[in-house]
Amino acid sequence: MTMQPETMSNQTPKQTQTLDADHLKIEVRDLDFFYGPQKALSDINMDILTNRVTGLIGPSGCGKSTFLRCLNRMNDIIPGTRAEGSILLDAEDIYAPTMDVVQLRCRVGMVFQKSNPFPKSVYDNVAYGLRVNGWKDKREIEERVEQSLRQAAIWEEVKDRLRSSALDLSGGQQQRLCIARALAIRPEVLLMDEPASALDPIATARIEELIQELKRDYTIVIVTHNMQQAARVSDFTAFFYLGQLVEFDKTDVIFTNPREQKTEDYVTGRFG
Amino acid sequence: MSAVSTASIRPASPRSRVWKEVIFQVVCILVLVAAILMLVILLAGVIIDGMSRLGWDFLTSYPSRFPERAGVLPAVVGTFYVMLLTALFSFPVGVAAAIYLEEYAEKGGFGVAWFSRLIDLNISNLAGVPSIIYGLLGLAIFVRTLALGRSLLAGALTLALLVLPVVIIACREALRTVPDSIREASYALGATRWQTIRHQVLPMALPGILTGAILALSRAIGETAPLITIGAITYVAFLPDNVFSPFTVLPIQIFNWVSRPQAGFHVNAAAAIVVLLPILFIMNGVAIWLRNRYSRRH
Repeated sequence: MTMQPETMSNQTPKQTQTLDADHLKIEVRDLDFFYGPQKALSDINMDILTNRVTGLIGPSGCGKSTFLRCLNRMNDIIPGTRAEGSILLDAEDIYAPTMDVVQLRCRVGMVFQKSNPFPKSVYDNVAYGLRVNGWKDKREIEERVEQSLRQAAIWEEVKDRLRSSALDLSGGQQQRLCIARALAIRPEVLLMDEPASALDPIATARIEELIQELKRDYTIVIVTHNMQQAARVSDFTAFFYLGQLVEFDKTDVIFTNPREQKTEDYVTGRFG
Repeated sequence: MSAVSTASIRPASPRSRVWKEVIFQVVCILVLVAAILMLVILLAGVIIDGMSRLGWDFLTSYPSRFPERAGVLPAVVGTFYVMLLTALFSFPVGVAAAIYLEEYAEKGGFGVAWFSRLIDLNISNLAGVPSIIYGLLGLAIFVRTLALGRSLLAGALTLALLVLPVVIIACREALRTVPDSIREASYALGATRWQTIRHQVLPMALPGILTGAILALSRAIGETAPLITIGAITYVAFLPDNVFSPFTVLPIQIFNWVSRPQAGFHVNAAAAIVVLLPILFIMNGVAIWLRNRYSRRH
């Protein structure tokens, strides 16, 4: 893989750190990531703030999904991958040997690009995360399932069919169910990997509204291919290119007055 | 763009293409009919030969030196027990091995990739080893070294070894059909690897596992050579009452009767085949039913 076109420097805008230092949720420091011998991410530094939506944009293969999956160590399940550097979640290194990955994933939930409900009932899908984490009380589970479905704005549509298969729902409903499922274990951070890319415009709009609602309670990191979507939903935007973080700033700065030529070319649709 | 005329990509003679299509279909149907016809002729022959001897008597009698009095009771009961024990030994080990190879060894890292590849290769080889070799192995290990004698247990363990590679391969196939997105979804909710396997992967793979396991068993049910090698006897005048009892099974009984000179025993052999076949059909039918039933649900 070739990297580092000369014009590119990679720096974290320090102002975001000072801007909201109290609300720092995740600090990424000098992160390199490898698939076997191939370097997929190079020297990433980024601060992710509490109760903000951070959007990750960039052309296909630029490493934005890889980066997202580093945040809950989802890449661990791919053989031969390796991360160097550190990612601090509330000042605790998630790649430290003492980190319990199962615990980490309870704190950092994830919604995938393609909705992937379990071939079980709607109810069991949402209850699964609770059950594997040791919840036994039926009433408590029931309450939490309803809460989560309401939070994901799908309760009204499924309340009469909680026991029917999740696979019978429409694509948009399945994706919101997956969001409800992720919310059920009350993560602190919610990672979303192009959550609306397989949906029609109406379902997409619903997901975007939902993200705005959820940001009151959660810290959200979202990968998106869609520049308008990034502009609409995110407070901060990071532009990735060839495994590097080219620019990271407030969303309006990235879209109206980026520092890097590469960023401007990308957000104005000149390449990618 | 429109410069490329669509006519230019049309075949020169559409009629010859249609003809080839028809000929190919006819050939396919002929081959299919030939195969099915063979089976029907075989079955019809056996049923016609054996019909005269088939009956409740035949099913409930012990072997005898008079063909008209001989029956298959010990062989049917023996077959049932051997299959039960074989399933009991081979499934847990086979499923566990498949889970290890699919879910742990390859995905765990730890530099065990070459080790699992080695095991992988060996399992594929073992699946192709002639069954008589397993008979010799069973004779050496179970009958002699472990001194189990010519018992049900020795026979079942030998057959379990024989079908184990097939069970493992079928089970791995079934586990592989479970999409990784399901595993990821489960991990992302804070499930451990075992919880993911137990609650998501295994239930989804179960129909495939069962189908493979039943097909493996239906291979074992027809095996004669390894059981003769370990010395399953052919004249059993009693039913096995524990796992150390001597035993016989249907294929051995059939083999024995066929090799007798008297025509009466040949009729018995045909009748015994007619008894064995439905058992096989039922097992395969159950396998297909399970597969259809669950593939609809997912």
